[in-house]
Amino acid sequence: MTTQNSDTLADTPDAQTYDVEAVNSATRRQPLYAPRKKIFPRRASGQFRRFKWLVMLVTLTIYYVTPWIRWDRGPFAPDQAVLVDLANKRFYFFFIEIWPQEFYYVAGMLVMAGIGLFLVTSTVGRAWCGYACPQTVWVDLYLVVERAIEGDRNARMKLDAGPWSANKLMKRVAKHGIWLLIGVLTGGAWIFYFADAPTLLHDVVTLHAPFVAYATIALLTATTYTFGGLLREQVCTYMCPWPRIQGAMLDEHSLTVTYNDWRGEPRTRHAKKAIAEGKPVGDCVDCNACVVVCPMGIDIRDGQQLECITCALCIDACDDVMTRLGKERGLISYATLNDYNRNMALAMGTGKVIQPSRVRDQLTGRLVDAVKRTDWRSIVRPRSLVYLLVLVLIGLGMLTALALRSPLSLNVLHDRNPLYVELRDGAVRNGYDVKVLNMTPQPRQVVLRLEGLPGATLSFADGGSETAGPIPVTLEPDKVLPLRLYIRVGHEALPSSPVPFRIVVEDPATGLDRSVESTFEVPEQRR
Amino acid sequence: MSSKDIDQVTGVETTGHEWDGIKELNNPLPRWWLWTFYGCIVFALGYTVAFPAWPMISSATTGVLGYSSRADLDTDLAAAKAAQGDLLTRVAQTPAADILKDDALARFARAGGKSLFKVYCSQCHGTGATGSVGYPNLNDDEWIWGGSIEQIEATISHGARSPTDPDTHFNVMPNFGADGILTTPQIDVVARQVASLSGIKGGEATAEGAQLFADNCASCHGTNGEGMIALGGPSLNDQVWLYQGTLDAIRSQIQQPRHGVMPAWGTRLGETAVKQLAVYVHGLGGGQ
Repeated sequence: MTTQNSDTLADTPDAQTYDVEAVNSATRRQPLYAPRKKIFPRRASGQFRRFKWLVMLVTLTIYYVTPWIRWDRGPFAPDQAVLVDLANKRFYFFFIEIWPQEFYYVAGMLVMAGIGLFLVTSTVGRAWCGYACPQTVWVDLYLVVERAIEGDRNARMKLDAGPWSANKLMKRVAKHGIWLLIGVLTGGAWIFYFADAPTLLHDVVTLHAPFVAYATIALLTATTYTFGGLLREQVCTYMCPWPRIQGAMLDEHSLTVTYNDWRGEPRTRHAKKAIAEGKPVGDCVDCNACVVVCPMGIDIRDGQQLECITCALCIDACDDVMTRLGKERGLISYATLNDYNRNMALAMGTGKVIQPSRVRDQLTGRLVDAVKRTDWRSIVRPRSLVYLLVLVLIGLGMLTALALRSPLSLNVLHDRNPLYVELRDGAVRNGYDVKVLNMTPQPRQVVLRLEGLPGATLSFADGGSETAGPIPVTLEPDKVLPLRLYIRVGHEALPSSPVPFRIVVEDPATGLDRSVESTFEVPEQRR
Repeated sequence: MSSKDIDQVTGVETTGHEWDGIKELNNPLPRWWLWTFYGCIVFALGYTVAFPAWPMISSATTGVLGYSSRADLDTDLAAAKAAQGDLLTRVAQTPAADILKDDALARFARAGGKSLFKVYCSQCHGTGATGSVGYPNLNDDEWIWGGSIEQIEATISHGARSPTDPDTHFNVMPNFGADGILTTPQIDVVARQVASLSGIKGGEATAEGAQLFADNCASCHGTNGEGMIALGGPSLNDQVWLYQGTLDAIRSQIQQPRHGVMPAWGTRLGETAVKQLAVYVHGLGGGQ
């Protein structure tokens, strides 16, 4: 950092001066951290805002109401439509009941969610971020509360900058109080997915619920309040990996919220004066309406950026201004990079600057027909169709598997030690661990029998007599019945080598049967 | 290099580090990140005070909370014992036959018996209780000293020919050959007679053999070789043989019999453990 021998003082020829400035001098010192600059988004209104209210209503309704939906499964199973029953290792979703070994359905759902993400992002861009992400929905909800108590942008800024007063204190206490209440309700709703909702609500209120329920509520209250109320846009910008992943999946055919500078530039706040001077004038009047509504605190006119969650509120704000100025809407709009580039080329022609006259009819001020407008054809392309196809195929595959899955299942394990037991009368006995799974919430009567093992008799270890015929077995609803099965083949019928055969369970009521192949082992010297 | 190096695109100062034209921006940290970082340091320091952490010469600091994984294990083991407490007491107080009637108790006793069997019994009887030559198979339906739950319990408790237990099962088959009770041809005839009872190769029923059997064997093995549990005389008319079911093996056993010894486990393991073992062995498939 130093430059030696730069100069020599005449009076002191032995001393050198250096051309240097202290790295950490007070004037140069970087702050150790950057304080967050508060964002006070103004309320927007328009078609996208209305759509976002609707999405918010739907998603919050789903979240809060789902655990309370009842679904009759008979007396032997819970009547909650959606229930993750960790204690009994069952997952209920309306007419579907999933056992732990069927976890591949969940894996399939995750694969579908992954492909769905590809499909959505490659076509409509970061729609998840802008509309459906819980962070976005809950921040919107928290902002509703904030606006109701503290007013819109200007009132909030004034209140924030002002000194502490009884009024400010009251408003802040009310705001944070309601935020915390929403947090409690958010965490409170979550736990109902894991136990019978009415019972658990009663237990929670009367302080009889298990500790983990309260701990979950406390944790989710804290995260909801912190993320939705305090951190807000910082969660998306700093903490969430989603923007990076989604950003990597966008291409020139994906929708992004775009400032159409090919018609907006050169922007000016004094259009009349500029026109009088004969200067080119774009549509943007530099009113900053798009900036004040942005919950992420960015200026969309700087181009597409990581922080943008494509909530489209700037589109609403700008459309409102354009309508009032009697100009065509869509200065800020959903557009693909492809369409944008075409329009940009149109506006520039062979030159290097945007010429408003090239995209605008001089007489009417309307945009010329050559301007490419983004519609559904802009986003449909082989890539999105392939995603759609894969998604549909996996969905159909899962539906087929679900439709064909058997509510009766059988597992058989042959004893390994001993493989066989020789009995006094010369007969040979083999032992098997048999598990019969009744995956319906109804008790059922099945019979167990053998196929392909002549001369065999069956018995269960815990009693019952030996019999050659089918043995009736009672299955409890929604349970696994473990059986210790002995198969015995008499001296006369004994095969000379191990024989494969099948163990069959059959439900005479429905005709449904399941069978598993196993082996009957015989001693070496008998072969 | 004396002035700030400002990145053209972002307008942010760089650190001056450059790799192939890419410069590192010197953005300040977000405040929440910094405080989280400080928080972690404070937490880590607190942790090393509260929990064992700092290595000393022969051990480590114990931490003010007094945590140790050893004590943790002791607690867990004590809790596991306590959880068994009630069941173990019930096993101790319930007669073995009644344990079998109580599903939950039988499952508990059987599981305990299974692990005890692996430790104390499998050396002779095998891990699958299949035995081997001279060591009875416990899966089958042949029981020298009886296959009811009480008889099995008594055999485990007192053993067979155990020198330490006065109540042990005891019998000795005479040395018919070595002590000159029977001559070698007589042994051959009676061995063939025995082999014929269960259809072993070389077996031959003769009048002489029947006479010899009635005179010398029937008192312990039964008139028809059906065995006598009270005396521990094994049955000779079935397919299960302790010392192999061949003519040679039968001959050899008459000439100079071998006798197994089983320890008396009652005094070593206690009544409850014996009961668990009995329930386990009884449930192997041959219990009566």
